[in-house]
Amino acid sequence: MKAVFKREKKRKREKTPKQKADRSILLLAYAMAALFLCLMGHVGYFLTVSREEVINNPYNNARLDNFARTVERGKILSSDRTVLAMTENREGIGEIRVYPFGALFSHVVGYSSRGKTGLEELGNFYLLSSHMNPVSQIGEALAGRKNPGDQIITTLDLELQQAASDALGDRKGAVVAMEPDTGRVLVMVSKPDFDSNAIADTWESIVSKEDQAPLVNRAVQGLYPPGSIFKILTVLEYIKEHPDDYDQYHYDCDGYFKYGDYTLPCYHKTAHGSQNLTQAFANSCNGAFASLGLQLDKKAMAETAEQLLFNREQPIALAYSQSRFSMNEEAPGWEVLQTAIGQGMTQMTPMHSLMVTAAIANRGVLMNPFFIQQVENALGEPVKRFEPAAYGALMEEGQAEILKDMMVRVVTEGTGSALRTEGYTAAGKTGSAQFETGKETHAWFTGFAPAENPRIAVTVIVEEGGSGGQTAAPVARKIFDVYLGR
Amino acid sequence: MVLDGMIVHMSKYVAVLMAAMYTYWNFRCFAVNEEKRRKLLKKQNQLMFLNHVLSFAVMFLKTGDEKLLWFCGVQAVFLWCFLVVYGKLYRNRSALLANNMCFLLSVGFIILTRLSYDKAVRQFGIVVCSAAVTLLIPFIICRMWQLSRIPWLYAALGLGLLIAVYAAGDASYGAQLSLKFGEAAVQPSEFVKISFVFFVSAMFYQSTDIRQIFITSIIAALHVGILVISKDLGSALIFFATYVFMVFVATSDWIYLALGLLGGYGASVAAWRLFSHVQVRVMAWKNPWADIDNRGYQITQSLFAIGTGGWFGSGLCQGMPKKIPVVEKDFILAAVSEEMGALFAMCVLLVCLGCFIQFMMTACEMEAMFYKLIAFGLGAEYIVQIFLTAGGVTKFIPSTGVTFPLISYGGSSILSTFILFSVIQGLYILKRDEEEG
Repeated sequence: MKAVFKREKKRKREKTPKQKADRSILLLAYAMAALFLCLMGHVGYFLTVSREEVINNPYNNARLDNFARTVERGKILSSDRTVLAMTENREGIGEIRVYPFGALFSHVVGYSSRGKTGLEELGNFYLLSSHMNPVSQIGEALAGRKNPGDQIITTLDLELQQAASDALGDRKGAVVAMEPDTGRVLVMVSKPDFDSNAIADTWESIVSKEDQAPLVNRAVQGLYPPGSIFKILTVLEYIKEHPDDYDQYHYDCDGYFKYGDYTLPCYHKTAHGSQNLTQAFANSCNGAFASLGLQLDKKAMAETAEQLLFNREQPIALAYSQSRFSMNEEAPGWEVLQTAIGQGMTQMTPMHSLMVTAAIANRGVLMNPFFIQQVENALGEPVKRFEPAAYGALMEEGQAEILKDMMVRVVTEGTGSALRTEGYTAAGKTGSAQFETGKETHAWFTGFAPAENPRIAVTVIVEEGGSGGQTAAPVARKIFDVYLGR
Repeated sequence: MVLDGMIVHMSKYVAVLMAAMYTYWNFRCFAVNEEKRRKLLKKQNQLMFLNHVLSFAVMFLKTGDEKLLWFCGVQAVFLWCFLVVYGKLYRNRSALLANNMCFLLSVGFIILTRLSYDKAVRQFGIVVCSAAVTLLIPFIICRMWQLSRIPWLYAALGLGLLIAVYAAGDASYGAQLSLKFGEAAVQPSEFVKISFVFFVSAMFYQSTDIRQIFITSIIAALHVGILVISKDLGSALIFFATYVFMVFVATSDWIYLALGLLGGYGASVAAWRLFSHVQVRVMAWKNPWADIDNRGYQITQSLFAIGTGGWFGSGLCQGMPKKIPVVEKDFILAAVSEEMGALFAMCVLLVCLGCFIQFMMTACEMEAMFYKLIAFGLGAEYIVQIFLTAGGVTKFIPSTGVTFPLISYGGSSILSTFILFSVIQGLYILKRDEEEG
């Protein structure tokens, strides 16, 4: 009896080959079903989380334009909710896009009638989506009417943009400004500009002005030799290589630096005399920086350049040009000393310079620059908010502090005298970049204020403007005055 | 006018709702008694026809093309005839499987008609022929036990066809896939899938000792190897995975599964190292945005389509699925998702999963190992293929360039899937006939 029971038990435990096979089949079937659940989870995640970011892509414009059949393109507003772009339905003409400020925001807000640029492109998806209540949406759709698209609230500061545009006047160049601690872009001016309202009618004549290139957004697409503002990077590299004794650096300037057959003059051949590192930076002494540059580790210098976003993708949402730094380990001496003072082959955009400056102002941490702070439906009910986000540290906090102090000295003792004022302490660096023999230099200024607690960073370039200190710094001064005077 | 607008705007929601109900009833059928099931199956048919007519109505309203109306009618008549004839011929068939086939065919007809009327007409012709030709397969399966005795015939047939493609095949999209006969191009690997499963089943039916497994593995490796050098990576992957699973089921030995998966991993890494086209596919999957103009174009367009369409889709003829390269073949699911909605596409996937589960249930019901392995092997091939195409389209996995059975455009794919379903139907019928005595 017991033996039978035992055999029975054994048989129960030891399954037949068929039972075993069936168990294996079920197991694999469950595994496949689980895999399909993962796949559907992936699709669900895509549609709920990453969808907007993915489909709001210029390569998807044809599909998004399809939305325009049922949605009237929404408004673009400044940070104080003034309308910068809106769609009007005019009798006999149909829908037209109106830009109340004409040319003031021509590059950053962009246009949408001849292709799309600027925020018209960046926010295309939001402008063509409608978040009115679903019932009224279906009602409108059935009645054959369009639903009003969402509106985007930008970070752009109308008053500041106007001040920057006025300060630049008719000169070619660009002005960009942002909050260093948030990344909110306040100003983006590029000249020459054009009237966004008339873009469709005047297209041919605008495009034909090739030497002027009015369609190019110089703030993000203009590649310029940085000139002396590049000395920020050279100093940073020197501090990195000499963390303890960088302030021991010394150079006697007689107005020229000789290297073989090669002679490098200081700006206006000024003899700066005895200079330490801070003085050389404040006075923008080319000789000191050329001699200092020759001592630097070329490989480490290239790495620092990459760390400061040269030759790399940058966190700029608009179509931009990548800055270039090409000096390598084999570079001959004359190329090294040219590179150290920001001439040579190096090229960067004003926006890039602004990001480096903002990182210095923000303890070395770059905040991602952003232009859209909120999306709302046409009634002003919020749909989506964009929060400040850090890109990461471009340098160590201590290094940023040293650079900040040196940039303050530029204003208090050096070439940035145009920014000396009782009202606030500004910090910055001037530059006068040669780009073609026989032509006036490009005038640069990049800086921030107040130095103790930076609220705004600005970069200015005036093409063929001559001296950075005399031409570009006063433009920055106007912007600081307006912004900090509030 | 208002009615037209209503149909065009509301139909996509109705279609998603109907697909969801269809799918729900599909799984419900597994759990209810005979009488209730019969009711559900009838309701499934009604929904399918309703969806078919509604979809064509939308396309007609958007295009004003009257050809669509008669095309819709002809298709509906065919689907109805197929269901009725199958039921009359084989009293013991799985009506649920037949329903699902028709549902998937209907979705394929709709989306293909939307993409290209001419291709849809051709596809319809192929479907009708395939249905007619494969109608006899269950009959044969039920009566020809000898099918288990000729493994080497299957191996010779399969390897011969694959070698022929490698030697004389036409390249398309970088892979040698098809043989040309005048106008018609045949993709033999679609049919070798069937012969391969028959070969493995017949071998393991004879014995599962280590010598037999070794011999079978060599032949299987030859199949996969030829596919790899023909650059037909999707098929190679399907064959490989199916073989590993079949060995596991035949032996119930975890070691074989572990060895297979490990070998698969090693082979993938080797393929990635050796073949530039594998690297291209992996790169296009990892970061398609970096090369959006070129290698990343297809997958990004697919994501744009799915994303822009959203949960409910743009509505038929209101999206831009034709922007996706090869949309009517490998990327057809993106077109379904864009215009009919991601929810609809998910329902389609769930219906396919339902078919697979039915295949597995059939496999479990089979007493003889030969039949069990056939049902399991074909089911594994089917679901791995669906996973590869759906995963590739949604960027879940790198794209491998395989078609969506019964929905994608392509004669070989249609005919081989018809054969696959018919074989399983045959096994299902065999079991029921036995039970009735």
